[in-house]
Amino acid sequence: MAAIFPPEANLAAKLVLLSLAGAIAAGIGWWWLFPRTDYARHVDWTVQQPVPFSHQHHVGGLGIDCRFCHVTVEVSGNAGLPPTYTCMTCHSQIWTNAALLAPVRQSLADNVPIRWHRVTDLPDYVYFNHAIHVAKGVGCESCHGAVADMPLMRKVRSMTMSFCLDCHRDPAPHLRPAEAIFDTKWQRTPDTPSPATLMAQYHVGGRNLTECSICHR
Amino acid sequence: MKRAALLLTLALLSGCDDMLVQPYAKLYDPEAGRVQPVAEAVPWQDAPVAPPPLTLALLQRGQQRFRIDCTPCHGELGNGDGMIVQRGFSPPPSYHSARLREAPTQHFYDVITHGYGAMYSFAGRVAPRDRWAIAAYIRALQHSQDVPVAALTPEQKQALP
Repeated sequence: MAAIFPPEANLAAKLVLLSLAGAIAAGIGWWWLFPRTDYARHVDWTVQQPVPFSHQHHVGGLGIDCRFCHVTVEVSGNAGLPPTYTCMTCHSQIWTNAALLAPVRQSLADNVPIRWHRVTDLPDYVYFNHAIHVAKGVGCESCHGAVADMPLMRKVRSMTMSFCLDCHRDPAPHLRPAEAIFDTKWQRTPDTPSPATLMAQYHVGGRNLTECSICHR
Repeated sequence: MKRAALLLTLALLSGCDDMLVQPYAKLYDPEAGRVQPVAEAVPWQDAPVAPPPLTLALLQRGQQRFRIDCTPCHGELGNGDGMIVQRGFSPPPSYHSARLREAPTQHFYDVITHGYGAMYSFAGRVAPRDRWAIAAYIRALQHSQDVPVAALTPEQKQALP
């Protein structure tokens, strides 16, 4: 009886087995790698909002302080989203007929808040408090990036656990003087107090900032 | 053996939920509905306080809050020429008018609380103590633009243009 498979079949079988192993290895690699990509972490994703609010215009152009709208950032864990009333403080008189702002006017008229879409979302097992970071010399920019240059809001840092830990392990180089906290364009100059001085000024360093319960509580 | 395998499978399956999203009441949750305030409730940080004693710390606090909440329209000096006014908002009166120089400090507190003319209420943004701090800083601004030359020290007179 003649052989069922010709001699070349040996090579074909080897190739098939090899590519099968390769596909499995690639699949595992992808499964491991994909969640670690900036794409999966939504870094630099611009989020569609009901109103295309521009921080570049309001903060960079008009010079409005972060705290004009994010009122509770210094006193509460949550920075605070402005109510429609805050928008209408100016837009009751400026751009009153702009079609872009129709949802804002509607929101005030109906007394129904605008549903903004979250740009920065932490997992629910993470505790984060804005007030303590701002009080201890961490600038908005350190996590949110150069917001004053963003026409539409996007997330620029990965906000992963290692991102938090990088700073919690060694906060000194990330601290800035109190007057620079809300300045998203601030850069260290020769006149800036040294990292060690700032650590002492803010009384940071007395506690191990990598204790689990600081963020997972 | 079978039971151990089943338990192991269940244990491994529990890892399939990464617990990124957990069910609890969240801020700004649209499903939570809006809270209807009780009739006699005072909004957060809105209980009136007596005027705090005038200190340098109070003035510095007032300056900081003024620059956040007031300069967009009133301008750094309170002339009423802030950036938002330059962009078309109706100009507020200058603090350096006779009427506002003579107004009681309480007037500035009340305007922050209730708004005035085109100005919306800032009660939800400026806590009562900060309203006093801002009012005190407005008084300092008024003084800064209305100092008789005779009251200056010799060095300050030297610096005059």
